[in-house]
Amino acid sequence: MILVGERINTGFKDIKQAVLDKDPGPLREWAQKQAAAGATYLDVNLGAVSADAAVMCWMIEQVQSVVETPVSIDTNKASILAEAIKVCNKPPLINSTTAAQEKLDAFLPIAAEHNASIIGLSIDETGTPKSADGRVEKAGMVLAAATEAGIPPEHVFLDPIVMPLKYMQDQMREILEAVRQFRLFSDPPPHIICGLSNVSNGTTHKKLINRTFLVMAVGCGLDAAICDVTDGDLVDAAKTAELVMNREIYADSYIKPASA
Amino acid sequence: MQVADVTEKWTNRINTVTLGATREQGGTRGRTVTVGGETTLPFLTFEGEIPNRPAIAGLVADVVPDGWPDVLTAAVGDAIRSPAAWARRCVDDLGVDLICLKLLGADPSGRNLPPGECAKAVRAVLEAVDVPLIIWGCGDENKDNEVLPECSQAARGENCLLGSATEKNYRTMAAIGQADKHKLIGEAPVDINIAKQVNILLQDAGFDLNDVVMNQVTAALGYGFDYVYTIFERVRIAGLKGDRHMALPQIANVGWEAWKVKEALADEDVLPGWGKLKERGPRWEAATAAGYLQAGADIIVLAHPDAIKVTRESIGELMG
Repeated sequence: MILVGERINTGFKDIKQAVLDKDPGPLREWAQKQAAAGATYLDVNLGAVSADAAVMCWMIEQVQSVVETPVSIDTNKASILAEAIKVCNKPPLINSTTAAQEKLDAFLPIAAEHNASIIGLSIDETGTPKSADGRVEKAGMVLAAATEAGIPPEHVFLDPIVMPLKYMQDQMREILEAVRQFRLFSDPPPHIICGLSNVSNGTTHKKLINRTFLVMAVGCGLDAAICDVTDGDLVDAAKTAELVMNREIYADSYIKPASA
Repeated sequence: MQVADVTEKWTNRINTVTLGATREQGGTRGRTVTVGGETTLPFLTFEGEIPNRPAIAGLVADVVPDGWPDVLTAAVGDAIRSPAAWARRCVDDLGVDLICLKLLGADPSGRNLPPGECAKAVRAVLEAVDVPLIIWGCGDENKDNEVLPECSQAARGENCLLGSATEKNYRTMAAIGQADKHKLIGEAPVDINIAKQVNILLQDAGFDLNDVVMNQVTAALGYGFDYVYTIFERVRIAGLKGDRHMALPQIANVGWEAWKVKEALADEDVLPGWGKLKERGPRWEAATAAGYLQAGADIIVLAHPDAIKVTRESIGELMG
């Protein structure tokens, strides 16, 4: 399971304040905490705090100063991406492009040049498709464009766009069906990822809903998630789902080594 | 007619492990041996990369092995009485890539030699040859816990491969591997789940899985070989698919196991119609080795000079 730690995001108050104050403490702390929890990538999101690429670079440098985990550059601006990717010590995961042609044209060459992986959202300038078929169409466009740009399928992470369960219950089955179909795009299939926390937006039982949705999505073929990697129950449930899917070999200590 | 492309593409690479340390690297070896690094199943060079050919380790024991047939002991010759001379014969005459020193003398049910004696054999072999060394305990976990730390120290800095770490002794093995800068063999009793468990435990003990080679406990052809073959293959496929606890090179101790079975022990007076043991024995060993190479072995330990020759030729032909 590829886990992308969501926490270094200025949407969280402590990170926003730290970026405004140029205080590296909270960024480094969350980098270490998420890396220790087993994150594959650490998402770094500047949000609306600044439009200055230098601030994003500073954030990435703080993360890299304490852990070796590669980062996920979370921005929708190609100008910020182009600068931020230069300071990455390891090939990052770019979060994200949409299926809109102008986005693809701006993001894919940068990903290809730096041997980076890239998340492709199954939306375009017209918005999020309501059906599984619509999502498959958009995701297919991203994958085709990525292949054309020289990015191999194993560097592409397709995102079906997860909606809040509470407000859009009818969308859940469409999302899961889209995941199932994304898997058929290529062999080996592209990665399939989602921004998990959105599913529990506005609900009371956030962790339970995140966990249940993630397990069901893994059952459909999802193999990556941007999530709270420090939620032990969530990560354990995902690992167990991977065993059920026969993607990993069982071992008694598949969750926690005996000595821990 | 268009023929569909049925080649498999895997997403992960098997770890690369380098054994031996030259003078510049803090050891005294004349060369190092690198195994692993595959991105495809054995010998399918058209599907992926196989950057390192499987390595052959010459089996050497610290004492003369009991129960070996005359066919085998005669083929090794007088050198069988001295680990140093035996190792030299393997390297100089047979061109093996590395030496596997089995500390048979330590076995409590046999000679029960003290750790110091075993360490002497390690030093003697290190002085006699300049290829990388595999140091393999006698298999009795309690005795190995006494013997291997001393042998490990005797070879400190030589970047040897120490065997073997099991579910029971992994902490000791991880500690001595780290202290003396050696790689480790992780061993499981023909059980893929325990094989993964051992790797997780080693990692948890702070040992880098990039420094581990897996051993599924080798079985001879006709005596459980098919079970072990399946495990080798499943481990490799899981590793290539991205299970990082399974993406490790594998070792098969063929020389040690192949000569324990009736087909490699009994001559034609006992097995009429089976041909002379002199030819059949080494062929049994070589055939077992060929099977493990196909299964995914990265290091093959071999005993009989003819088996070594034949296996090297097979590897050459298969690697092109």
